[in-house]
Amino acid sequence: MVRIRQLLTALTLLLLAQLAQAELMVEVTQGVEAPTPVAVVPFGNETGSALAEDLARVVDQDLERSGFFATMARENMLSFPTKREDLYFRDWRVSNMDYVVIGRIESSPAGQLSVGFELYDVLREQRLLAEQVSATASSLRDAAHYIADRVFEQLTGLKGAFATKIVYVTAERLGDGKQRYRLQLADWDGARAQTILESSQPIMSPAWSMDGSKLAYVSFETGRPAIYVQYLASGKRERIQSFPGLNGAPAWSPDGNRLALVLSRDGNPEIYLLDLTTRQLQRLTQHYAIDTEPAWAPDGRSLIFTSDRGGQPQIYRLGLEDRTLERLTFDGNYNARGRLTQDGRFLAMVHRSRGGGNDFDIAVQDLKTGRLDIITRSGMAESPSIAPNGSVVIYATQEGTRGVLAASSLDGRVQFRMPVERGDVREPAWSPYLR
Amino acid sequence: MRVVNLSKAVALTATLVWAAGCSTTSTTTDAAGAAGAGGDTPASGVSTYGVSGGRIDATTVTAEDLKQLRSVFYFDFDKAVVHQEDLADLEAHARYLSQNPSASVRLEGHADERGTREYNMALGERRARAVERLLVVNGAGDAQVESISFGEEKPAVLGHSPDAWSKNRRVELIYQSK
Repeated sequence: MVRIRQLLTALTLLLLAQLAQAELMVEVTQGVEAPTPVAVVPFGNETGSALAEDLARVVDQDLERSGFFATMARENMLSFPTKREDLYFRDWRVSNMDYVVIGRIESSPAGQLSVGFELYDVLREQRLLAEQVSATASSLRDAAHYIADRVFEQLTGLKGAFATKIVYVTAERLGDGKQRYRLQLADWDGARAQTILESSQPIMSPAWSMDGSKLAYVSFETGRPAIYVQYLASGKRERIQSFPGLNGAPAWSPDGNRLALVLSRDGNPEIYLLDLTTRQLQRLTQHYAIDTEPAWAPDGRSLIFTSDRGGQPQIYRLGLEDRTLERLTFDGNYNARGRLTQDGRFLAMVHRSRGGGNDFDIAVQDLKTGRLDIITRSGMAESPSIAPNGSVVIYATQEGTRGVLAASSLDGRVQFRMPVERGDVREPAWSPYLR
Repeated sequence: MRVVNLSKAVALTATLVWAAGCSTTSTTTDAAGAAGAGGDTPASGVSTYGVSGGRIDATTVTAEDLKQLRSVFYFDFDKAVVHQEDLADLEAHARYLSQNPSASVRLEGHADERGTREYNMALGERRARAVERLLVVNGAGDAQVESISFGEEKPAVLGHSPDAWSKNRRVELIYQSK
């Protein structure tokens, strides 16, 4: 259980958006016991001109919102060192800090910037990290997330995910009975949100390719659901061959060569594999029940999916080599939309417990032990997506009448909420680690 | 959508009936046994007429008659079984379609917001196809009926109450041409 505790506090989900344009703002709603005290001292600006980002603030918030660290308020800092010579450990010991991060930004040739940062162990008076990061004026935020990742990894032993992204769908009701749907791409903390698709018709089921270069999603823009693949860098996209009936739930194979998807062309919803090179379609399920919501196991050798062949929706695993079928969920009468952690061990899902009435929550099942934990309490949670380091699950829920995003550590102990400024937010999808 | 294979459709219908726990659901119920809009009593030789629907006695169904018929049909949670009280109107729609080969309808299936979105796409389609089968069995041509699902993406009523949910679990029958 200790490992789980570490895992759960590990992930930084959402930060207070610094930019006015950001649609998402994050609040930490529940703390973790004994977070590690860290001071992130404002970085020195030696460039001679103003900078667009307060790097130390971004680093501070990444670490704070992870739930693993308690960062120090600036107004309590006794000094503001930016170099080792100015660092007096006593100042930080009396402030009960375990670690301190200092840094400075300098100009470097060709209009670039160079960010130097150092991490110190206050009690041992030892330097743990010292690095130079090159950046441009517009990529300072990325530099800050990189620094937060390095500090996080150094102090927790876990891989940081502060440099990852999320996509999500927003739906706004315009005055004249019309709707505006957007597919948004943002930093994991909600900053720098940009629209990558806008439509008057619904958008669903965004899915990242494992190399982070493409998204697949379902769009109703032709009047019928169809699957599109969009290249993030260029914005170019193509519509996958669509069939009458359902075209849904696209899921990328880990090697990026195939899409699992749902078609009902043969009479009822079944899982198919589309080879993206040969464009051959292969049907995987053969049952009159609803078979949908495929997700790949990280080794690419099996798919999990939702099926109501047993009467109600449950999650099954289909081996791709031997076509063995194994039911995975037995707890409760509705388990759907499964997603696996990158080590394949934990299954996050939408779960309705027997006595739950109309309560749908996110549950996590340990596939090794069979133990199921319900990690949300809202009763209206769906679309879980797991961070690439496996420690946090982002999901969609309701707050009052609005759809919002929220997140939970894998074991449910740390909760984050993301109030949204306009419209309904839904269907988050967490990126893989990105270059 | 077309049902490729009638025996498959019958098997699926039988399965849905079994799953719903209903003792009988027939797609060719005697119209006299169907209750009207608000009715919940079994056949007693009396037919009631709700504001939203009337029973068409005549064999010929005119375009004018269509206005009397219901065009939205509701379903129970997680079910795709057409309610008894909807059968008469659906049969009338089917008769109209069989009498007017150039007419066509689009059936749009929906689900309430509970549960997952893609599963609800499948549920919406199941509902639309249940209505489609009814129409086809009662005389409509395959080519005249198209089923499409919107899952929970296009609710008729916004809200998180059982009342709102019940109004969103529906199939809408929309004439593309009459």
